[in-house]
Amino acid sequence: MGYTLNFNLIWRHFEKLWGGLLLSLELAVISIAIGIVIGLLLAVWYVSAGRLVRTAIAAYVEFIRNVPLILLVYLVFYGLPTVVDIAYSAQTSFIATLSLYSGAYLVEVFRSGLEAVPRGQLDAGKAIGLTPWQRLLHVRLPTMLRITLPALSNTFLSLFKDTSVASVISVPELTYGAQWINFNTFRIVEVYLVVTAMYLLTGYALLYALRLVERRFRAAH
Amino acid sequence: MSIPPPANPALLDISDVSKSFGTVEVLRSVSLQVTRGEVVTVIGPSGSGKTTLLRCVNFLESYDSGSIRIDGKEVGFRDTGTRQRRSERDLAKMRAETGMVFQSFNLFPHLTAAGNIMLGLRKVRGKSSTEARAIAEHWLGRVGLAHKADSLPAELSGGQQQRVGIARAVAMEPKILLLDEITSALDPELVGEVLEVVRSLAEDGMTMVMVTHEMAFARDASSRIIFMADGGVSAAGPPAEILGTEIDNERLRSFLARFRASHF
Repeated sequence: MGYTLNFNLIWRHFEKLWGGLLLSLELAVISIAIGIVIGLLLAVWYVSAGRLVRTAIAAYVEFIRNVPLILLVYLVFYGLPTVVDIAYSAQTSFIATLSLYSGAYLVEVFRSGLEAVPRGQLDAGKAIGLTPWQRLLHVRLPTMLRITLPALSNTFLSLFKDTSVASVISVPELTYGAQWINFNTFRIVEVYLVVTAMYLLTGYALLYALRLVERRFRAAH
Repeated sequence: MSIPPPANPALLDISDVSKSFGTVEVLRSVSLQVTRGEVVTVIGPSGSGKTTLLRCVNFLESYDSGSIRIDGKEVGFRDTGTRQRRSERDLAKMRAETGMVFQSFNLFPHLTAAGNIMLGLRKVRGKSSTEARAIAEHWLGRVGLAHKADSLPAELSGGQQQRVGIARAVAMEPKILLLDEITSALDPELVGEVLEVVRSLAEDGMTMVMVTHEMAFARDASSRIIFMADGGVSAAGPPAEILGTEIDNERLRSFLARFRASHF
């Protein structure tokens, strides 16, 4: 083996990776938060709406699910400003894209959860005189949340990893930081080893935190 | 034109109600009057429309024709007589006048026993949390579950869950209580504790309509028994008459014979 591992150059530029990781988390948190709002609203709308709305929501979900994220990122960042008169930074553009993307996946998670709430519980809610809005808020959503928590954890984790796609439009998140160090030091093995470890540890930490939430939720309910 | 109210108006007045699911007629012009304090039991073979009738009373199911009134007020349709469905808000208000206990309990799994009872008291009756808690504890005491107030449904036996179900319904002080085969999903040894609660409510004068297969209980606890077959009322009368041997109704006789053969 003519190659000796040398991590010194990586540590010298470590702030690129650390800052990148923080930005990755920020992108994920903001996009998922917006995605949750989109997902919840559309899922609730879907289960109570007529065919037209259902078709429209299904079309949105299918479009997003069948187009690679990287393509969506290109479309929104390079494509949209050339046809419409808007300007945004790469970071804003990516947050918008990942929000729409996570929204589509979360609609699916929430919709199947809402539909899995047993009919009998809704009947019970009706029988004690709850209005449709109260039934949604106090019966359907809490039960839906219990049903969907494990699926939600998985979706959140994969959305966190999806932030790496932002590197293709030069958003300085973790993967971009790795590429920058690679270009400037040619320490390709070392930098990707370190970055892999960083994704891995963060992913584990996220999953662990979500499991704690799940467990607390189950205990409290 | 105004019609003077009858001298002794029925609390629940089901008149000429018909309903079809597709081409299947599940209710054929059913009429039934229940006065305050009465306990009416509906029996009949499965598929005879008993449960559907009960679910029409609080408009969990709509019906095609006829009318269902509680205290003179049409339950599901507007008072204009146009068969225009009530708004969801009005429907909710009307439904709060009746209580329902379900075969499969249908407790809210994320709420404790007390929480299940408090939800309607707080959101529908507008009680404060303290008031609602006190009422919930009172009713849990009545059904023998004072010590289970903070248990989740999953931590309770079937019989206990069903008693919470009853407490949840009666705590709302409904004008009429609908019981839909409430012991059918229970292990035999748990049936007694639930029926005991129903019996004590009957003694308190609670108006009830119940669908059940517990013939002995029907005989002891009801003031009237309705036998339904093929979506219609086939026979009606006091328990001694309906469950007696003199009854001149071939369908009822064969239903009871089959029933006795399988249960005794």
